[in-house]
Amino acid sequence: MRYQRQTVLKEFGVAAQEKLSKAKVLVIGVGGLGIPVLQYLNAMGVGTLGMVEADTIDVTNLQRQVLYAENEVGAPKLATALGKLQAQNSTTIFKPFHTFLTRENALDIIAEFDLVVDASDNFATRYLINDACVLLKKTFVSGAIQGFEGQLSVFNYNGGPTYRCLFPTMPADSEIPNCNDNGVLGVIPGIIGNLQALETVKVITGIGEVLSGRLLLFNGLHQSYQNIKFKLVTANLERTSLEESYGSSPCSIGPSIAIQDFQKALVNKDNFQLLDVRTVLEYQEYHLPNSTHIPLADLGFHQAKIKKDSLVYVICQSGKRSRIAQQLLLEDKISVINIDGGINAYKGLLTAK
Amino acid sequence: MTVLLFGVTKDIIGKNTLMLSDIVKDKLKTVQDLKMYLTQEYPNLENLSSLAIAVNNEYADDSLLLKQTDEIALIPPVSGG
Repeated sequence: MRYQRQTVLKEFGVAAQEKLSKAKVLVIGVGGLGIPVLQYLNAMGVGTLGMVEADTIDVTNLQRQVLYAENEVGAPKLATALGKLQAQNSTTIFKPFHTFLTRENALDIIAEFDLVVDASDNFATRYLINDACVLLKKTFVSGAIQGFEGQLSVFNYNGGPTYRCLFPTMPADSEIPNCNDNGVLGVIPGIIGNLQALETVKVITGIGEVLSGRLLLFNGLHQSYQNIKFKLVTANLERTSLEESYGSSPCSIGPSIAIQDFQKALVNKDNFQLLDVRTVLEYQEYHLPNSTHIPLADLGFHQAKIKKDSLVYVICQSGKRSRIAQQLLLEDKISVINIDGGINAYKGLLTAK
Repeated sequence: MTVLLFGVTKDIIGKNTLMLSDIVKDKLKTVQDLKMYLTQEYPNLENLSSLAIAVNNEYADDSLLLKQTDEIALIPPVSGG
């Protein structure tokens, strides 16, 4: 009865609903893309939904991550989303994973599911998802956004092309901007995420034509959609293991400190230098006391400001740029400790109390 | 020959669409020629590890021969979510 408005469709019917109820879908990332994917798959009756996320809600997430509310800023995304999705559909089985996807956990987590939705926000995770899905022979529905644009495709579907057939080499973080650092219009992930939910339902039920071997390019400013055809590069299916490393993924390179431990060091007035690598605007808006400000772009010119004989922590808004700074400094033999989650996590800690 | 720009290529080239002049078009026989011309004019394009090129809405290899009427698209990956 609950699903009558879709089972009445002759192309869909009771048989497709039955397939949805038996499906196990893993959504990686519960942010701008993951939220609409989860809300619609949950509403439509997908039986089991896995969710991978370790971030907390930041006030700057609210313009696009429409499941979260003002009074939840600082709370973990995973638990917050879970509560709301359970209220939305009590028959769904949820499998929450409070972690980021890493080289170490990816295969174990993905193996439990029939199908993966890539709703992540960084290249390291995107390439990791591709490689893990190729190894495990899982289809994944990929969406990505930037500014006013979006990209959508279904990869590794019935022996079809993969992400690496389009983009063979993983870009460095510094090459291509991400939403946290360079902006996205709030509604764009809603559009692309909803299209991901649609493709997921089509893969599960077999209705329509799956967007495999085609890349949809969406431009919100021109309201234009372009479909680019591309082919399988067979070598991309012949993978036998994951890569040794996925660059600046959350699991890699250089020491880091959890926000709780950093806060203790702050309270104890431990002897350290705090390096803030955010932009001038971000720094003016909010910063921690006694921090040394060098925007990431200027890091090369102002290294002299870094105290070489001191313990140095590096911070940014979300923990990504600080990781890049950490790597750049390491190339110049300067060792610093990355603060996981950055200012967002610190503010979260303050609000949580 | 029109070159549609997506993602960061818009910022690098500073336009939404690039129209190539007849003189330039005559010199570009293949996708490889086009790539070399674009990276000469806009050196920052060379920093992109992965940049897909589509000709008439189809992913194109370097050896593909270009025609005057082709519509080309420069497609870098985007990572936001």
